[in-house]
Amino acid sequence: MSEVRYTDQHEWIRLDGDEATVGITKYAAESLGDVVFVELPASGKAVAAGGEAAVVESVKAASDIYAPAGGTVTLANSALESAPSKVNEDPEGEGWFFKLKLSNKDEFAKLMDAAAYAKFLESL
Amino acid sequence: MTSSTDTLRRTPLYALHLELGAKMVPFAGYEMPVQYPAGVLKEHLHTREKAGLFDVSHMGQAFLSGDTAALERVTPADVSGLKEGMQRYGLLLTDTGTIKDDFMFARLTGEAELYLVVNAGTKEADFEYIAEKLKDAATLTPRLDRALLALQGPKAAEVLERHSPGISQLTFMKIVRTTVAGAPAIISRTGYTGEDGFEISIEGADADKVARALLREVEVLPIGLGARDSLRLEAGLCLYGHDMDDMVDPAEAALMWSIGKRRRDAKDFPAADRIMANNPATKRVGIRPEGRAPAREGTEIADKTGRIIGKVTSGGFGPSLNAPLAMGYVESAFASDGTPLDLMVRGKPMPALVTAMPFVPHTYRR
Repeated sequence: MSEVRYTDQHEWIRLDGDEATVGITKYAAESLGDVVFVELPASGKAVAAGGEAAVVESVKAASDIYAPAGGTVTLANSALESAPSKVNEDPEGEGWFFKLKLSNKDEFAKLMDAAAYAKFLESL
Repeated sequence: MTSSTDTLRRTPLYALHLELGAKMVPFAGYEMPVQYPAGVLKEHLHTREKAGLFDVSHMGQAFLSGDTAALERVTPADVSGLKEGMQRYGLLLTDTGTIKDDFMFARLTGEAELYLVVNAGTKEADFEYIAEKLKDAATLTPRLDRALLALQGPKAAEVLERHSPGISQLTFMKIVRTTVAGAPAIISRTGYTGEDGFEISIEGADADKVARALLREVEVLPIGLGARDSLRLEAGLCLYGHDMDDMVDPAEAALMWSIGKRRRDAKDFPAADRIMANNPATKRVGIRPEGRAPAREGTEIADKTGRIIGKVTSGGFGPSLNAPLAMGYVESAFASDGTPLDLMVRGKPMPALVTAMPFVPHTYRR
């Protein structure tokens, strides 16, 4: 049973056992506009919660993607390198960015759940 | 550009932009549409494929009357040699020969006045400068009340012909006083996209009616400032304040072609000796990154030994090119086409090549 949490920077993180998958929310993908390039972290890279982990570029601007929780990158979604538009088409599915082995699951537990994130979006 | 919303100006098409679902942003003191629901990528590609309508009413329109040749005091372009019915590109120079702005000027058939269009962000300063420099010879009348639309793309002529019969006969850089959708207009066959197309100057009060008439045509989509920027970058056209400003002269900006032949011979403009020597330390070039990562404005440019030799002044992704592209200044020894460089993107060198511009060929109807 997987569980999804959200950050106020509009990343989502889905936890399956020890491994978490990270991407950007539909809201983030829509505000960015057409994604034309994604820079992904290398496997084995250690990332801290809130640290820069990836870069996403739309036609107009570059934006940093932060790790919602700390850990070690186990896999990056290399399909995005040739098809960055997947981030717009399916941001919370096929448009995932990278997978992480979390170093501290408490960091995950502290993030917003779907209801809290929906409320946060309303407040913007 | 940052300014608070309550001090921002609006063009006559503001209500229409909102109705069309535009995302509005502050730009050059105006609240302008950066994109519509289609998004930058689709708007860009649609313009190159069919036709796009741009609201550029924020730009500075004016008429110059009196001894209009006196405009040559502030530009190295050939003003007195401009024939009736023609428009021309010119640079507005400071007293030291650096670029104060770029602008278009036109002589309408049978009219004594010159019609000028300058950039939005510089218009007040430009108008003040021109009026002051020409005060003993000519009178400048800004027309901030007028609207300006651009209809660009391969279908632009076919579409505009339906609302302005005969307009498709006009060729590139020609200008005419006519009507569009029943409204009096000044129409030129010019633009800022590299595509065939027109710029349409009308009374502010007619703007909504004319824009709606053009948008009702199936070929036409409204296009925001986002796609306007990616289109002009692919076309290799400079954006004032980014690709040139009052820190560079026409030689550095690689805009020597805008200096009229008679003016080159006469050398009768500020810093003419230095500019005509055309031997600048740095020069504006086109750059194509070899990978997929765009290099944005401000990105440092290094030679293959890692020494910093310049800076990107405009950079992004070209939807028609389907690749990143940039413009920037490099030391002149590195300015020839094909020179390998590195762009320092997020601290890492990304290989790139100096490339001839335009990146996407112009399709002007000459």
